[in-house]
Amino acid sequence: MNPILQLQGVTRHFGGLTALDNVSFDLRPNEIVGLIGPNGAGKTTLVNVVTGAYRPNAGQITFDGKRIDSLKPYSISRLGIARTFQVVQPFPKMTVLENVAAGALFAAGAKSLESAKEHALEHLEFVGLAELADSPASALTLADRRRLELAKSLAMNPKLLLLDEVNAGLNPVEINQSLHLIRGLAEKGISILIIEHLMKVVMSACYRVIVLHHGQMISEGSPSKVASDPRVIEAYLGSRFAAQQKSNAL
Amino acid sequence: MRRLLLGLALIFMLVLPLWGNNYIIRLTTMMILYSVLSLSWNFIGGFTGYPSFATASFFGLGAYAGAISQLHGVPMYLAWIIGGLVAAVFAAALGLAILHLKGHYFAIASLVVAEVLREIVNSWTDLTGGGMGLNLPILRLDVDVQARLFYYSMFGLAIMTIIAASYVSNRRLGFGLRCIKQNEDAANMIGINTTIYKTSAFVLSAVFVGYAGAFYASWVNYIEPGDVFDILLSVKPIVMVLLGSAGTVVGPVVGAVIFLFLEEMVWRNFLTFHVGVLGLLVVCLILYLPDGLLAVDFRRFIHLKGSR
Repeated sequence: MNPILQLQGVTRHFGGLTALDNVSFDLRPNEIVGLIGPNGAGKTTLVNVVTGAYRPNAGQITFDGKRIDSLKPYSISRLGIARTFQVVQPFPKMTVLENVAAGALFAAGAKSLESAKEHALEHLEFVGLAELADSPASALTLADRRRLELAKSLAMNPKLLLLDEVNAGLNPVEINQSLHLIRGLAEKGISILIIEHLMKVVMSACYRVIVLHHGQMISEGSPSKVASDPRVIEAYLGSRFAAQQKSNAL
Repeated sequence: MRRLLLGLALIFMLVLPLWGNNYIIRLTTMMILYSVLSLSWNFIGGFTGYPSFATASFFGLGAYAGAISQLHGVPMYLAWIIGGLVAAVFAAALGLAILHLKGHYFAIASLVVAEVLREIVNSWTDLTGGGMGLNLPILRLDVDVQARLFYYSMFGLAIMTIIAASYVSNRRLGFGLRCIKQNEDAANMIGINTTIYKTSAFVLSAVFVGYAGAFYASWVNYIEPGDVFDILLSVKPIVMVLLGSAGTVVGPVVGAVIFLFLEEMVWRNFLTFHVGVLGLLVVCLILYLPDGLLAVDFRRFIHLKGSR
C-alpha cells in the first residue's frame, strides 16, 4: 500500500542547532504510530515541519502523493492533515461549538456556518463534549480542552492526525477515555501519529514506534522491540545505565 | 425591541434635516462621518484585533484623490468613489507589506504611513498644491440645500458601511477574522488563509474611509495636508470603537455618537485644553470600561437597586 505520509531526509536547523537531522520514515494508511524521544529530541519540531509551520532546510515531505514541504499551513490543513497542540490552543472567547465549527468551515470546506455547526455537533458527541457545546472554550477543564482540540481536529476531516501529547496532565481515568477515543479515530480510517511521553499509551495504542534523539531517528519498530533497544535505553537513561543493563543480561 | 429602536433611529435620522438648523445638520453630518470611520476601523481593529493607526492615511489619500479628480473635471460623486478605490488599492498593498507584523510593531508601522504620505503631499507641489492646500470647485447651490445634500450623501455611505459590517459579521469572513483575533497560529492551522483574510479586513477598513475623505474634501471645499492626514483621525475612531464595543456592528456607531457629543462639550468648555481633556477621557475609558459601553450589563444596576 502506498504510504499516506513520507518523509525523506528531512532536516531542520535553528541557527547552530540541528533540530531534525536527516529523518526519513513512512506512515501507511490506518496506521497508529508512536513518536517518542527525550525532551528536546525534535518531536514537536517534526510536527511543525509536517504541518507547514516551519519549512524543512532539506529533504522532502510527501502527503497522499503530493509534495507538501513548501506549502503554507492553511493549505496543508485543507489537504487533510490536522494536529493538536501540546499547549492547547482554543479560541477562548468562542463557544465550544464555534471552536469546532471553525475547523469544519475552513479546513473541511463546509458550505455555510450553519452546516459547519451541524457537523461540529456530531464531533462533539463523538468526544463526549456535546453537553458543553454552548459554554465558552475558556471555561473548560484541561481534560475537556484536550477533547475539544481533538474534536476541532476531527472537524477538519483529516486523513492524518498528529497528536502532540494529548494525554499530558490527564489522570489515569481520563487517559483510558482518551485511548478509547484514539482507537475509535483509527477505526474511522484516520492515520495517526502520536507524540507521547506516557509509555502506557504508546505500548497499548501503537503498532509501530519511532524514536528521535537529538533530531536523529535512532530506532524504529514494534513497541516491545523499541523498548529493549539499547540505543533507546541509552538515550533515555544514559550510557552507564545501558552498560549496566547489558552486563546484567550477560 | 432592538429592531424597533434601530427603526426609530433610522426614521429620526431621515427626517432630521426637515427641521434642524444648519448647525445641527453640520454636527450630525460630522457624527455620521465619525461613525463611518469607527465602523471602518472596527473591521481591522475590532474583528481582527490589529491595532491599526492607518485611518488618517486612508482618509487623507481619499481626500486628495477626490480633490485632484474633481479639479481635473471629474464629477463630484464619481470623485468620491475614486477616493474610496484609491484608498482600497493602497490598503491592499500596504496590508501585504505590514500585516505580518503584530501588536505594537504593526501599530507603529501603520502610524508612520500617514506621516510619510503627508510629507509626500507636502513636497509634491505640482499635483497637490503642497502646504498651500487645494481649493475645490464650489457648488452653485443654496447653502441650505448643500448642507442637506451632504447630509444625505454621508448618511447613504454610513448605511452602506453598516450593511458591509453586518454582512461580514455574520459570514465566513467575520468568523475567520474572529478566529485570527483570538489565536492567529491556530487559525492558520485550521485552514484559514490568514494573509488574505487580514488583507480583506484592512481593505474594508480603508474603502469607506477613502470615500469619506473625498466627501470631506468636497464638503469643506478646502483641504491641506495637516488637516486630512491629522493623527487624531487615526486615534479618534479607536476611542469611539472602544467606547461603544469592539467587534460588534452597533458598538462603533454608539461610540461615535457619544464621542461627538463629548468632543463638542469638551471643545466648547475647554477651548485651550480640549485635546488634554480628551486624553484623560481615553485613559479613564481604558481603565474603567475596557470592553465598551455595550458590554456593561445595565440590568445589573436595576437589579441591585431592587434587591436592597
